[in-house]
Amino acid sequence: MDGYEPEFLKRLLEQMVLIRRFEEKAAQMYGLRKIGGFCHIYIGQEAVSTGSIAAIDLKKDYALTAYRDHGHAISVGMAPKIIMAELFGKITGCSRGKGGSMHLFDVDRHFYGGHGIVGAHIPLATGVALKVKYNNEDGVVLCFFGDGAVHQGAFHESLNMAGVWKLPVVYICENNQYGMGTDFRRVSAVHDLSSLSTSYNMPGKQVDGMDVLAVYENVTEAVKLARNESQPSLLEIRTYRYMGHSMSDPATYRTKEELQKHKQQDPILILKGKMTATGAITDEQYKQMDQQCKQTVAEAVEFAEASRVPAIETLYEDVFK
Amino acid sequence: MPQITYREALNQAIDEEMARDERVFLIGEEVALYNGAYKVSRGLCDKYGERRVIDTPISEGGFTGIGIGAAMAGLRPIVEWMTFNFSIQALDQVINNAAKMRYMSGGQFHLPIVFRGPNGPAEWLSAQHSQTLAAIYAHVPGLKVISAATPYDAKGLLKSAIRDDNPVVMMEAELLYGMKGDVPGDEYLIPIGRADIKRPGGDVTLITFGKVLHIVLKAAEALAEDAIEAEVIDLRSLRPLDEDAVIQSVSKTSRCVVIDESWPVASAGSYVAHLVSTKCFDLLDAQVELVAAEDVPMPYNHQLELAAQPSVEKILAAVEKVMYLD
Amino acid sequence: MAEKVLMLALSPTMEEGVIVKWIKSEGDSVEQGDVLCEIETDKATMEYESPAEGTLLRIIAKEGQAVRVGRDIAIIGQAAEDISELAKETPAPVEKPPVEKARPVRKEPQISAPTAEGRLRSSPLARKLAKERGIDLSTVQGSGPQGRITRSDVEKAGTVAAAPPKVAGLTDETVPVTQKRKVIADTLSKSKFTAPHYYLRVTAAVDNLMQARTRLNDKIGQKVSVNAFLMKFVAEILKRHHMINATWQEDSIVMHGTADIALAVAQPDGLIAPVVRNCNAKGVLQIDRELKALIEKTRKGALTRADYADSTFTISSLGTFGIEEFTAIINPPDSAILAVGGIMKMPVAGDDDRICIGRCMKLTLSCDHRIIDGTVGAAFLRDLKEMIEYPVHELY
Repeated sequence: MDGYEPEFLKRLLEQMVLIRRFEEKAAQMYGLRKIGGFCHIYIGQEAVSTGSIAAIDLKKDYALTAYRDHGHAISVGMAPKIIMAELFGKITGCSRGKGGSMHLFDVDRHFYGGHGIVGAHIPLATGVALKVKYNNEDGVVLCFFGDGAVHQGAFHESLNMAGVWKLPVVYICENNQYGMGTDFRRVSAVHDLSSLSTSYNMPGKQVDGMDVLAVYENVTEAVKLARNESQPSLLEIRTYRYMGHSMSDPATYRTKEELQKHKQQDPILILKGKMTATGAITDEQYKQMDQQCKQTVAEAVEFAEASRVPAIETLYEDVFK
Repeated sequence: MPQITYREALNQAIDEEMARDERVFLIGEEVALYNGAYKVSRGLCDKYGERRVIDTPISEGGFTGIGIGAAMAGLRPIVEWMTFNFSIQALDQVINNAAKMRYMSGGQFHLPIVFRGPNGPAEWLSAQHSQTLAAIYAHVPGLKVISAATPYDAKGLLKSAIRDDNPVVMMEAELLYGMKGDVPGDEYLIPIGRADIKRPGGDVTLITFGKVLHIVLKAAEALAEDAIEAEVIDLRSLRPLDEDAVIQSVSKTSRCVVIDESWPVASAGSYVAHLVSTKCFDLLDAQVELVAAEDVPMPYNHQLELAAQPSVEKILAAVEKVMYLD
Repeated sequence: MAEKVLMLALSPTMEEGVIVKWIKSEGDSVEQGDVLCEIETDKATMEYESPAEGTLLRIIAKEGQAVRVGRDIAIIGQAAEDISELAKETPAPVEKPPVEKARPVRKEPQISAPTAEGRLRSSPLARKLAKERGIDLSTVQGSGPQGRITRSDVEKAGTVAAAPPKVAGLTDETVPVTQKRKVIADTLSKSKFTAPHYYLRVTAAVDNLMQARTRLNDKIGQKVSVNAFLMKFVAEILKRHHMINATWQEDSIVMHGTADIALAVAQPDGLIAPVVRNCNAKGVLQIDRELKALIEKTRKGALTRADYADSTFTISSLGTFGIEEFTAIINPPDSAILAVGGIMKMPVAGDDDRICIGRCMKLTLSCDHRIIDGTVGAAFLRDLKEMIEYPVHELY
């Protein structure tokens, strides 16, 4: 806690609360059938996107993730209403209602998606890093993926090439313990996923993903390595999702007790606890912050609701440039 | 006759064949403890254990290839792809290994393996999770490619596929899993390569396969109200293709509309249309029409995604064209 | 701030849920995530977790009540908060936002199929039928897109004697040569340019023939055509003049054992000459019956090759157009053709050399000189004239 500006801490806290409230609302809207298809909720994992993306400068750095992408979209600074509109399939959404929950993009904020196929975006992130090195730029790429993705060939092929070519990329495995309904220990030969880095001659480290400051500090270190020495690295950030894999997953593969135990380690409660202890925030201020986030999310829903659906003619738009 | 769901019909087929033949096993993501992403394998792990119902990591290329190796060595795997969208990860294994092994070994190996899972669009799934990939598999010699549109066909075809000594790709559909239909209690098989007339008629031939059959049947009902009797042919198998059934029907009607929910370019449907144009050339009184998906990736928005797919209206419009009613 | 708790879809197919049991009661304080109630969906009974924290101010949906997705089931807020406004029934959510009419778009490339000048559009089946029935498609009006001729168009053309297309005034136009026209052109030019034609002409009095025909018509109650008589007469005379009933084959001459006599029949799409076989062995009535059947078939476009190919002699008549006399081109593989003019009343010298009015017909025989010498042709025509004028002489 030492050395952090209270404003910085408040920013992290507020962002996590905003993600939490946004996701609660998204789940509710899914239940009301305003949102359809596969909708992967980020609740429980807020510290990962928040802490990681706080460690980069999106003017020159980049971020990519898989389909559980609402939190990252908020962390890179996309307006909640633009995200919600996309979830509603409206023309005002970031992807003009064509991408939906799994395909959020914001080219200006260097957020390169939003990808649906497990592991398939890891080479893309590596390719963005190749561009950075190719142009001799100062940027770094954060590549987020889940614990399921490390068993795809694309993961291993990418890490190898990044290791060989020394590309400025930080691979961030958000290990939320379950690849869909499967405990990661049942399908992984090693249980310390950070150790996979050794095969590719890069540093690897496990990080507590429920502590946003731990995430921030470790990602900052890895980013420094990538930026200054063009050294890629792998972080396994241990986290937990409170809800099912997607809205249609009842998550009966884990016990209530297990879920409750993890909820005691809630990333918002942890940071809030630390901040109130040092006086960085009061309960009243927190309530106000929470109220503000709820308001923002309510406005996002209103905006999405009021927006128009894409005209049928847009079907053939954006197939080619 | 008992009414069961499409997923139960598939479950029965796998169950019966696993009971019948010790070499048959099921492998894929979430097939064992989770009882299948779409619950097709419900109860099978309890019954046969994790030796024969095998959960894998998310490694489509890996476990598909592992299935192929096991088949070369004498086992009879059923590889479940959570969806055909993910089968693209395993395409190299299927095209370069499964389809070629017998040929390039001069017949030394045969591959009794089934690759199966849901193909085609469901709802609100956007571009990467809502694709009809029939053409990609139907393109490849060395594969048998089948598609069931009803619970009855699903069970009979899957049982035949499991007993087949060649690689069989079976396309199911997410939106069909909950559909109920008559399935006899007694054992039966449906031969691969035989089309089925789902509705007889003499005025126009509608050729289709898979989930979109149900839309085609609705269109046929609408046509019947206008006294146009459409003959609906469910191909059930794209490879081998039941050419005789197609030719026989078009000989009768002189008019043909092919309905395929794939994209229109170089699709199985466009091949069937070509086939009709050549084999039935002198019998045609109109051009063969193809009703396909719009030639765009699948959009997320529901109205757009419906507009991107074949519909009763589009089928009626095509029938009007070939019957010179428009 | 109080907020409503709404019924959510707890399964992908759930339309409504039944409140099985309220776990919390009005007045209870609730945390976010606390189980509020149990809801029976179409699939299972699920726990409903509180979306908000505060006090359960009101339970709107009672136990056992079925509630559609999106409708209120409870209100949560701060204790003692005024919820009278919120408690008013809200309208059911609009299921679908207004959209522009969802009409399937079809972005078909606007490339029209080849429309090169003179290209005839017809379906393969129409072409096949037309060929079988000898119908020239260029005379058929197409009802399909861009004038495509379809099966039904050909069938109609076969039953109704196709009227020539209506033309308003004259226009410059180039029309394509149809297959049938091409055949006619090839055959007749070849005939005219390879077979050295010469022509013999007689005028035959037909009073006796017409009287005989009238009696016959009266007797059987139907009209027998003059052509049937002519065919019968020609057949009889051919028996005496084999060289007329023959085919030139460069190194040989085939003399035919039967008199297969064709009659040129005009059709809108071009001439065709159906054949009555073996006229030498048939009576006038039978020839007439067969001829009528053939003409009917011609009109329907249903002639097959067997109906018009391989004649041995041809008769062509333009009498109905008022043509007095004309010369015809030999119809291969025949060696001669008889051109028959119209029946005309004209002054003739009677038996007593007195001028009287008689009915006459001018006959012109075209002969292929490669086979038929002038005297052979002349003898044939003389005998034919004799038979027409005095049919009864044949009995002598």
